[in-house]
Amino acid sequence: MAQRRSRHLLPGFGLTLGVSMLYLTIIIVLPLIAMLLKVGGMGWEEFWRIVSSNRSLAAYRITFSSALIASIFNGIFGLLLAWVLTRYSFPGKRILDALVDLPFALPTAVAGLVLVTLFSDTGWYGQFLEPNGFKVNYTQAGIIVAMIFTSIPFVVRTVQPVLEEVQVDLEEAARTLGATNWQVFARVIWPTILPAFIAGCVLSFARSLGEFGAVVFIAGNLPGLTEIVSLLIYIRLDEYNYEGAAALAFILLLVAFATLVLTNALGAWQVRYADRRR
Amino acid sequence: MTTATRSPAEITLIALAFVLSGLILVVPLVLIFAFALREGLATYLTNILEPNTLHAVGLTVLTAIIVVPINIVVGVCLAWLVTRFRFPGRQLIITTIELPASVSPIVAGVVYLFLYGGQGLLGPVLQAANIQLMFTVTAIILVSLFVTAPFVARELIPLMQQQGTEDEEAALSLGASGWQMFWHVTLPNIRWAILYGAVLTNARVMGEFGAVSVVSGSIRGQTNTLPLQITQLFNDFNVTGAFAAATTLALIAVLTLILKSSLEGRGWR
Repeated sequence: MAQRRSRHLLPGFGLTLGVSMLYLTIIIVLPLIAMLLKVGGMGWEEFWRIVSSNRSLAAYRITFSSALIASIFNGIFGLLLAWVLTRYSFPGKRILDALVDLPFALPTAVAGLVLVTLFSDTGWYGQFLEPNGFKVNYTQAGIIVAMIFTSIPFVVRTVQPVLEEVQVDLEEAARTLGATNWQVFARVIWPTILPAFIAGCVLSFARSLGEFGAVVFIAGNLPGLTEIVSLLIYIRLDEYNYEGAAALAFILLLVAFATLVLTNALGAWQVRYADRRR
Repeated sequence: MTTATRSPAEITLIALAFVLSGLILVVPLVLIFAFALREGLATYLTNILEPNTLHAVGLTVLTAIIVVPINIVVGVCLAWLVTRFRFPGRQLIITTIELPASVSPIVAGVVYLFLYGGQGLLGPVLQAANIQLMFTVTAIILVSLFVTAPFVARELIPLMQQQGTEDEEAALSLGASGWQMFWHVTLPNIRWAILYGAVLTNARVMGEFGAVSVVSGSIRGQTNTLPLQITQLFNDFNVTGAFAAATTLALIAVLTLILKSSLEGRGWR
């Protein structure tokens, strides 16, 4: 024990390790183990039958394609916002900056309630869209709209700090060498912010995959058409089909874990990239 | 920077950012209050003071009052542990604490069901002891702790990493005890980050829907939090009532944004 004390200069190792391990075990690890045991107990064939059923496959397809489209939109919109917020100064900038986080501050159920009202046939947006044949509520477009709203901040908040730190001298050097604005962006700025941009898009995609509250309000939840994976899990629970719920939840957990590993790797790439440039 | 000479590209981009943000962010926020008040202030007050809605407000506040302080204490411990010491398994702790925030809230509800539910791992034990956890307020608090697990630690870790340990080591070498060091050196350095994390935790706890809808049982006047109550009002075709209840959460959201923005203005970020 004496040896340990001398190795750690600061106090509190035992206390904070104890509290952290106890908390992580009770709140996070134990529930996860309970679910893994449930999945492990059902056997491979049963598991495969559930996760590869037609209804599950349709739910993956709808969830993934909607999340992909939402992330592409948010990638572009997020880049625009990050650019405007870091590069220009204008009246209302601070309000716009604060407003970006609204989707995180506003509960998803409230977001869903608002969106389904906005896009209903008499809603503020729907009354213009529906006569032109563009129906949002109870279609996949509704799922995409809900996913876009709930994951707006990710790209903005990952790209913004990097964009702030793009070295001005590099940009100026490029300009003195005769580079056009577009060349400066494509050759100097874009490569620097790329890892952060991808990380933001991945986070946005992951959040969209898991979004539940906002989507169930607007999607209509028709099996095979507008049924997302989270909802299918919820339905399985309602039917007391716990195996079905566990298997699908396990798939979502795997995806979340992969996302976490991917964003960590992208973070490391960003750091390496920044170091090399210095 | 504020010069009169803005390039056409600059003007276009700023205008585009405002128009899109207006359509996607401002209009939805305005709509909440417009719909809540569309039948007049009297109806709004009646809707807000409806007993089940009031009960949901109380339950939501109670959950936040319990979850936020726990999150702060554990967040500080976790941040101290992973930024002040190097030990095997450190990275694993960081990844584990992040996992709940990256998974679907439905999955959060499901894992708790498989631990404490009748069919769950501890189900038989709890049943034998006659303890009902699922579909109670305790379950709501537990899943809220799960989904917000990284919120405070996530704000503290980069800050404490960057601040280093010099101040703390100086305090110790001047004869301060561990607790004195913590109260007089560490805490003043991280208090705004703690508040920031607490604000984010609070917003998420009050608004959590997916996880809570799995474990609460949505019993009106008993285990309905505000987001669940809003959903039920909407499903009952009481749209104005749903929006009235939603204004409380929307006001908290606006307050969160203001607090967040002013905390960022303090420059520790």
